[in-house]
Amino acid sequence: MISIKNLKVNIEGKEILKGLNLQVNAGEVHAIMGPNGSGKSTLANVLTGNESYEVTEGEVTYNGKNLLELSPEDRAREGLFLAFQYPVEIPGISNATFLQTAINEIRKYNGKEELTPKEFLDMMRKKAKVVGMDDSLISRAVNAGFSGGEKKRNEIFQLLMLQPKLAILDETDSGLDIDALKIVSQGVNEYKSDDNAVILVTHYQRLLDYIVPDYIHVLYDGRIIKSGGKDLALELEEKGYDWIKEGEFDSVGTQG
Amino acid sequence: MKSVVKNRKANDWYVSLVENFEAKLNGKDNLFLKDLRKSAVGKLAAADFPTLKTEEWKYTNLNRVLNKEFIHAASVEKVELTKEDIDKFKAEDFEYNLLVFINGIFSEEFSEVGKLPKNIFIGSLNDGIQSGNEFIKNYLGKQIENKTAFDHLNDTYMLDGAFVVIPDGTVLEKPIQILNISGHPNELTFNTPRNLIIAGQNAQASIFFKYVGIEGSKYFTNSVTEIYVAENALVNVYKIELEDVDSYHIERTEVYQKANSIFSHYNFTFGGSLVRNDINSKMDGENIECHLNGLYIGRDDQHFDNHTFIDHAKPNCYSNELYKGILDDKAHGVFSGKIQVDKDAQKTNAYQSNKTILLSKDASIDTKPQLEIYADDVKCSHGATVGHLDETALFYILSRGIPEEKAKSMLITAFAEDVVSKVKIKGLKEKLNHLIFEHLNRVEV
Repeated sequence: MISIKNLKVNIEGKEILKGLNLQVNAGEVHAIMGPNGSGKSTLANVLTGNESYEVTEGEVTYNGKNLLELSPEDRAREGLFLAFQYPVEIPGISNATFLQTAINEIRKYNGKEELTPKEFLDMMRKKAKVVGMDDSLISRAVNAGFSGGEKKRNEIFQLLMLQPKLAILDETDSGLDIDALKIVSQGVNEYKSDDNAVILVTHYQRLLDYIVPDYIHVLYDGRIIKSGGKDLALELEEKGYDWIKEGEFDSVGTQG
Repeated sequence: MKSVVKNRKANDWYVSLVENFEAKLNGKDNLFLKDLRKSAVGKLAAADFPTLKTEEWKYTNLNRVLNKEFIHAASVEKVELTKEDIDKFKAEDFEYNLLVFINGIFSEEFSEVGKLPKNIFIGSLNDGIQSGNEFIKNYLGKQIENKTAFDHLNDTYMLDGAFVVIPDGTVLEKPIQILNISGHPNELTFNTPRNLIIAGQNAQASIFFKYVGIEGSKYFTNSVTEIYVAENALVNVYKIELEDVDSYHIERTEVYQKANSIFSHYNFTFGGSLVRNDINSKMDGENIECHLNGLYIGRDDQHFDNHTFIDHAKPNCYSNELYKGILDDKAHGVFSGKIQVDKDAQKTNAYQSNKTILLSKDASIDTKPQLEIYADDVKCSHGATVGHLDETALFYILSRGIPEEKAKSMLITAFAEDVVSKVKIKGLKEKLNHLIFEHLNRVEV
């Protein structure tokens, strides 16, 4: 699905990612964990094409294409999705207009017919139910006046609507109470299949109780310094990140 | 001092036309107007048009208006329009009573006024004057202070305009659409609409002004609108300015509010080469609300200048002002909003905000919020921002596969939303959104 090799990224001249390697295959869920400032959100943003981030070295191959050459909109059309840590409010644009535009642009790019308004609305109603949002959401403006939790939920709703191949979730669990966390996880689990993949970027282990990853990677100071199975999360929860920082970097590398 | 000399000439030009103007009035003139004109023309002769040295006009270079030799539209051959022309110009997005003015002169033929409650008057100011209407004698021009040369120009050439009287306790269901069509196919003309709106105690009405022009004509609309809002009355005034490309539009709107009244103004500016709006409200009573909303959408080298002045004269009043603009190409905006809180006006709440988005590097805005507070127990705030479309928000939309042009349009809609959503006439909101994108020549989402 995606292969990241020796990725180095700067923001305003400061190196944040310092040679990151990661391989994610279809059907897999990878969790990227790490302390604040380790570069987790940078990775999520640079993969999605945020131009505030400057790639200085390395390559990212996504389904056989050079991802770094694609515009953000083309990345989305190729099936990449980022659930934002801080979703943006767009007053005056309804969720229906927003998602209908997005879905039809993606379909057009992939040589598919546009959805009819009825097909679209049926789909919207169905997916809204999965994340416990009612029909009034359809006509409400994108994230306008939403609480933090509602915004996160809306990101997962968009994930279900857009059906991407690779979903990157950037701190989707932050600011959620346990009920909201369950609903969001339910949405992600509903989305998951053998044909797609998920990268979970998270600071805390608790999300991983509900979305079980196949691999866990510890990102520290711009590099993945340890990778392992789901048990690694428990170890991190217990011991914090310090034991890895102090330990040897023997398990650096790609996974899967 | 070259510009002063030039403007002085403009001044002489308009005075020199009066004689010919009077000679061609056949029937539209009378003693009342003659008397007004006599005193006004002297003041016009003595007054200077504003220059860049005039504090309240320092961001607006009037040369493109004042260096042209406009002739009053009533002094040249009458413009003939058809029903189809009117249908094309009028707003169809809501139910209305329609008053049509062609170059400031009432057109009975094209106006459509349905059945009205008793004692309501909706029609022509000239008709009101001819019939000796008492309201006109008692109200016309009574609250306009600090006149500029443009006000004297309107006083001098005043002939007609909308005249609306909503009596005490009367609620007008349908808005009144006042359609002003200006310009002349062959002549460089100016026109001088004079509108007088009087809402009695407990009266309620919505007035919708639409200014348009004959395609390809060059003209100058010099309008004065007076609005009286009596105790407990509720008045909404909409202004959609869609003058033709090569036109100039200068309007003074003077609002006088009495206790417990609510006045809302919605000022949408799209058309014309140079537009200046002066909107002044005097809140002369307690518990008054005044809402001034504006949206200006500029492109090419359009110049839009909005000046507002709210005078809190009495205690316990509330004013809220929100002006937003989107400027593309080399468009230039000016916003000057002054709130004055008089010594007696304790417990005043006054808020003002001006926000502008520049879509190109050559677009610009001069913004000047001003608070003058002479009372000590008040809540006032004002703020102004100028920026570009938000990059973070743009990235968010792009990341959903939406192309850049549509993403930008979504952000434009989002920016204009809080002004557009205040509009209380349902069909008008969608129309406004449509006009924004039509004017900016951008894809509508």
